[in-house]
Amino acid sequence: MSDYTTIIDSYKDKPGGIIEAYHALQKEYNYIPEDAITAAAEAFGMSPAQAYGVATFYSYFKVGPRGRYIIRICESAPCHVAGAEEVVSALESELGIKMGETTADGKFTLEFTECVGQCQATPIITINSKPYEDMSAEKIPAVLAEYK
Amino acid sequence: MAEEMRIVLRNVGKIDPLKIEDYINAGGYKSLEKARGMDRGELIEEVKKSNLRGRGGAGFNCGMKWSFSYKLETDQKYVVCNADEGEPGTYKDRIIMMNDPQSLFEGMAICGYAIGSNKGYIYCRGEYPYVVEHLNKAIAQAKDKGVLGDFDIEVRMGAGAYVCGEESALIESIEGHRGEPRFKPPFPGVEGLWGKPTIVNNVETFANIPVILEKGAEWFKNIGAASYPGTKVLTLTGDVVNRTYFEVPTNVTIRDVVFGLGGGIVDNKKFKAVQIGGTSGGFIPEELLDTQIDFDSMSKIGAALGTGAVFVMDETRDIVDIVTRITKFFEHESCGKCNPCREGTKRMHEMVERINNGTGRVADMDLLENLGGVMSVACLCGLGQAAPAPVLTTLKHFKNEFNAKLN
Ligand SMILES: Cc1cc2nc3c(=O)[nH]c(=O)nc-3n(C[C@H](O)[C@H](O)[C@H](O)COP(=O)(O)O)c2cc1C
Ligand code: SF4
Ligand code: FES
Repeated sequence: MSDYTTIIDSYKDKPGGIIEAYHALQKEYNYIPEDAITAAAEAFGMSPAQAYGVATFYSYFKVGPRGRYIIRICESAPCHVAGAEEVVSALESELGIKMGETTADGKFTLEFTECVGQCQATPIITINSKPYEDMSAEKIPAVLAEYK
Repeated sequence: MAEEMRIVLRNVGKIDPLKIEDYINAGGYKSLEKARGMDRGELIEEVKKSNLRGRGGAGFNCGMKWSFSYKLETDQKYVVCNADEGEPGTYKDRIIMMNDPQSLFEGMAICGYAIGSNKGYIYCRGEYPYVVEHLNKAIAQAKDKGVLGDFDIEVRMGAGAYVCGEESALIESIEGHRGEPRFKPPFPGVEGLWGKPTIVNNVETFANIPVILEKGAEWFKNIGAASYPGTKVLTLTGDVVNRTYFEVPTNVTIRDVVFGLGGGIVDNKKFKAVQIGGTSGGFIPEELLDTQIDFDSMSKIGAALGTGAVFVMDETRDIVDIVTRITKFFEHESCGKCNPCREGTKRMHEMVERINNGTGRVADMDLLENLGGVMSVACLCGLGQAAPAPVLTTLKHFKNEFNAKLN
């Protein structure tokens, strides 16, 4: 693991770069480590409260650990009517966890999301932001197999 | 029957988006060159005359907006492209950016020259990391070729907040803050990014600019509806046969879109409703289908063209269930800065959900209308102001569906 201060420092000179730094941290760790918030606050000349406030405002950022593969299910209206709920049930039963939870081996986290802009083939799920189109309960095992 | 007309999608499928030579061979960057030979005031006048109005939802005259920043004398101005595209059912900006990124850059650079700015930002939603990568490759090619001159473009990434599509929230986000909208005025054109004059335009708006300069304002303003000329890229979702995107002149009717290019309803079922403009748009019943899709015609029927998302629902769909889902969206996306929206979206969701699961009260119907009315005028930004639209329009056109769940 590379040191998070190195990551943060490489965005230090970018005006407003704290959000870019958080993205880079998440790319490395898959979440934002608690201590990195304090380090980011210092680098960008903010109070820790402000830096924490930024991290928690955005739904793509997560402070503290979660799974290696973040599976998001779009629940916006077009995906909703196309059967997102069945996809949710299939994911929950396949992984043995509920929405919002992480599998015991730390591999998968299930999250809801709003529209991810792939509405040509609803319902949509994404795994670490990679979209999977026209999902159905039947297709879930094969999709998960790619990551197991 | 309506036919497609491709202006912003003119190069889709015809050029390799990551080969800038293709774009140049197709006439690309000639408009920027032409613009740079013009007087800046005249250039803005030309854009104004075309009557190109913003494609991001608010429909403001583009040239007029530019003219506010142009007049101001400061050491720095900014051009910002709004690629946050968070409106559910919308993916047109992704199509434009993936297929023809250079035409977006050219539009931004023309704006930069017009207002006197050498720095552009593209704020792209966090859900599109592959688009960000693609844009960065295309920007590198433009820099290599030197086509942008001294105009610099940098991509910044959002992180999953719908409200950041609102221009002042977007600016806060680029500055590295929580994406909470600002009080207006001052408008971004006067005091935007880091307090400097900043033009924020949508991807589709910028992509129109090179063509307008090439063919002239006169040509453009005669396409489509007179009050909102040009074309609109639409994305079709729901129970429609052709779930895809189209670019059409703005004087086509909703019926043309759904039953013409859209191919009608899946399995020959009956049409029930269509919601246009994304999740904050009004619901439109059968009897209003002959309305033109242009901005003003849509406003007149209490709906909105918005982003051009077209969400079709067949006779079997449960309107109250869908509206429940939508009110949850707004409760979730409300940034919490102002009370009418923070509290209002929550209560609205609570009431609709209650009705949906059969525990609603008759009084909830009046309360919903009342609350919706208050929110549309009292909320600080467009999110809270538009949030009641799906509720209010369904209470108007599909009240029987609510009533049916009250007993
Ligand atoms: C809640 C909210 C979300 C918005 N989302 C977007 C968006 O994703 N893309 C966009 O271009 N405009 C969006 N807008 C409109 C912008 O505030 C702004 O009007 C627009 O970017 C101006 O560009 P235009 O004049 O080219 O349309 C949103 C507005 C609100 C209130
Ligand atoms: S209307 Fe809603 S989203 Fe807009 S500022 Fe108020 S709380 Fe935030
Ligand atoms: S509505 Fe689900 S991806 Fe757009």
